[in-house]
Amino acid sequence: MAIERIVLVEGAALPLRGDNIDTDRIIPARFLRAVSFEGLEAHLFEDDRAQTTDHPVSNPAYRGASLMFVESNFGCGSSREHAPQAIRRRGIRAVVGVSFSEIFFGNSVALGMPCVSVSADDARRLIEVAEKNPQEPFVLEVSTMRVSGAGLTVPTALSPAARDSFTEGTWDATGLLLERFEEVEAVAARLPYLRGWRAQARPT
Amino acid sequence: AVVAETLLQKVWDAHTVRLLPNGQTQLFIGLHLIHEVTTPQAFDMLRGRGWTVKYPARTLATVDHIVPTLDQRRPFADVMAEDMLSALERNCRWAGVRLLDLSSGAQGIVHVIGPELGLTQPGMTIACGDSHTSTHGAFGAVAFGIGTSQVRDVLASQCLAMDPLKVRRIRVNGQLRRGVFAKDVILEIIRRLGVNGGVGYAYEYAGDIVDRMTMDERMTICNMSIEGGARVGYVNPDQTTIDYLRGRTHAPENETFETASAWWKSMASDPGAAYDDDVEIDGSLIRPTVTWGINPGQSVYVDERLPKPGDAEPQSRASLEEALGFMGLRAGEPIAGTKIDVAFVGSCTNARLSDLREAARVIRGRHVAPHVKALVVPGSQAVRAAAEREGLDRVFIDAGFEWRGAGCSMCLAMNPDKLEGREICASSSNRNFKGRQGSPTGRTLLMSPAMVAAAAIAGEIVDVRAVADGN
Ligand code: SF4
Repeated sequence: MAIERIVLVEGAALPLRGDNIDTDRIIPARFLRAVSFEGLEAHLFEDDRAQTTDHPVSNPAYRGASLMFVESNFGCGSSREHAPQAIRRRGIRAVVGVSFSEIFFGNSVALGMPCVSVSADDARRLIEVAEKNPQEPFVLEVSTMRVSGAGLTVPTALSPAARDSFTEGTWDATGLLLERFEEVEAVAARLPYLRGWRAQARPT
Repeated sequence: AVVAETLLQKVWDAHTVRLLPNGQTQLFIGLHLIHEVTTPQAFDMLRGRGWTVKYPARTLATVDHIVPTLDQRRPFADVMAEDMLSALERNCRWAGVRLLDLSSGAQGIVHVIGPELGLTQPGMTIACGDSHTSTHGAFGAVAFGIGTSQVRDVLASQCLAMDPLKVRRIRVNGQLRRGVFAKDVILEIIRRLGVNGGVGYAYEYAGDIVDRMTMDERMTICNMSIEGGARVGYVNPDQTTIDYLRGRTHAPENETFETASAWWKSMASDPGAAYDDDVEIDGSLIRPTVTWGINPGQSVYVDERLPKPGDAEPQSRASLEEALGFMGLRAGEPIAGTKIDVAFVGSCTNARLSDLREAARVIRGRHVAPHVKALVVPGSQAVRAAAEREGLDRVFIDAGFEWRGAGCSMCLAMNPDKLEGREICASSSNRNFKGRQGSPTGRTLLMSPAMVAAAAIAGEIVDVRAVADGN
């Protein structure tokens, strides 16, 4: 199956301060009461937004952002894919931050939304630039692993596996996993709890 | 001799299909558990691409997050909840997947029923669209939470593309003191290693305290691995594991059980296996623990005071202030004496029979404080029935608790059980995130079921050791 290669993400950035922003905050659980992901973007950070007057997601200046800058352990907690779905559906195509929870990171890969890591100082600097100028354009180069904008160029980190998935367009894994199905069946046939314990007990 | 290996390595190798071109491992998933929240979109994607469920017999469904715990008659009063359950029913019928629904007598929180049915077994790989899948690691399975696109992957191929994990062994040695439970141990681990300390790791829980623990206690510990950032947490299978599994519905029978037991034991980490990190905790020093903040790492012993942001390292000051502000608690004040509005005994962390027994022990002959709304939500229909056979329902009802049907209930905001406004809840669940219990401004204090019970009686946070004879 032809999947989009993701090499470059360009555009303005939405800055979001705070460590340990969990997926319950990104998309509160009541909005998971649905059988599709459609319309989730309307509820992105809904409860956080209601509790402050200046949440960047509510700020019209960031409406067109295609990058998001965050701090550490972003997306921790619940495995809900609804969180990266809501972010992606809001128009964000890549997230730059200090660190990400593993499940959030993996869910984002499956959506073709890179989550790349930068140092804490660089994350702070990027956030400050985007706070000062919401229109400031940035470029994330997935292939060469750097993000630049406003005269700033900072190195990013991304596991080679994830990077290759994006740049080679293999981030949607299902096709790959089905490719050599006979090898899957071979593993199943070898696992004692699948082939049956009785078969296991018999001398081979 | 062969190289000494960890359980993680052995299970990983046994389930490896191949190395993918990008360096990830294609891992076979031995058991796929599904529920109503994270699967409808996965089934739609599957059908959209013309795929089918490859191993329906290795897939099991239940309904837990959205079920009302009071009136469970169909159709549910809540149209959205009814829609979600109907979608699951349709999808399971379409795929030939077994669904343990409300009429089955075996329904419950997915992480409670897998083990109690004997489906969760040592040496397996287990996946579920739910981050607390780590619970099943208590049996020496490698079990982890996945997102909806990955649920689609497992439905379609029974496989996942996975990055390798490092292993951190956490040995808890010594002797737990009176009034200290598995919940306190895992809260201690998270407090020490941090809420993201486990990213990239599987946690192997060991040490003589873990060795002596029951399966229920090990499940409580493994359940909250993800709260420490570790997607996988496990305990090596031993005689306790085997004794638990013997005679369970889906456990091997008769002489095959012995064959299975031998394989299960062989999957345990070898003595001398190398670990990427090794941590030791003196369990004798742990005291009953309560979270005061907005992540599970923000906790204190019940006889301690809340931290002062001024004393903290500069980089953590802002998050301490944010947490204290949200919680409406004052720096430097004792946590004991914090008034509560709601007491909740439930969730996949602490709603098994032993948890209900511990809570009942504290409240027997006492009554819930007049201003407190208290509820007990068994983790499964089987737990509920077993508790009723022991008369625990009477103990709770007599003490002023509500006795509910099985489900996730007030652990999260997807069913009618919710906090209102700024209510504070003493909760045996696993997450104290902002808004987690259904009110955007609601507040959660996590603790053991015995501590929740003690708080319900006193109407405020109290030291369970002062109220009951503890354990
Ligand atoms: S009880 Fe809570 S944590 Fe456990 S599965 Fe249900 S919602 Fe998730």
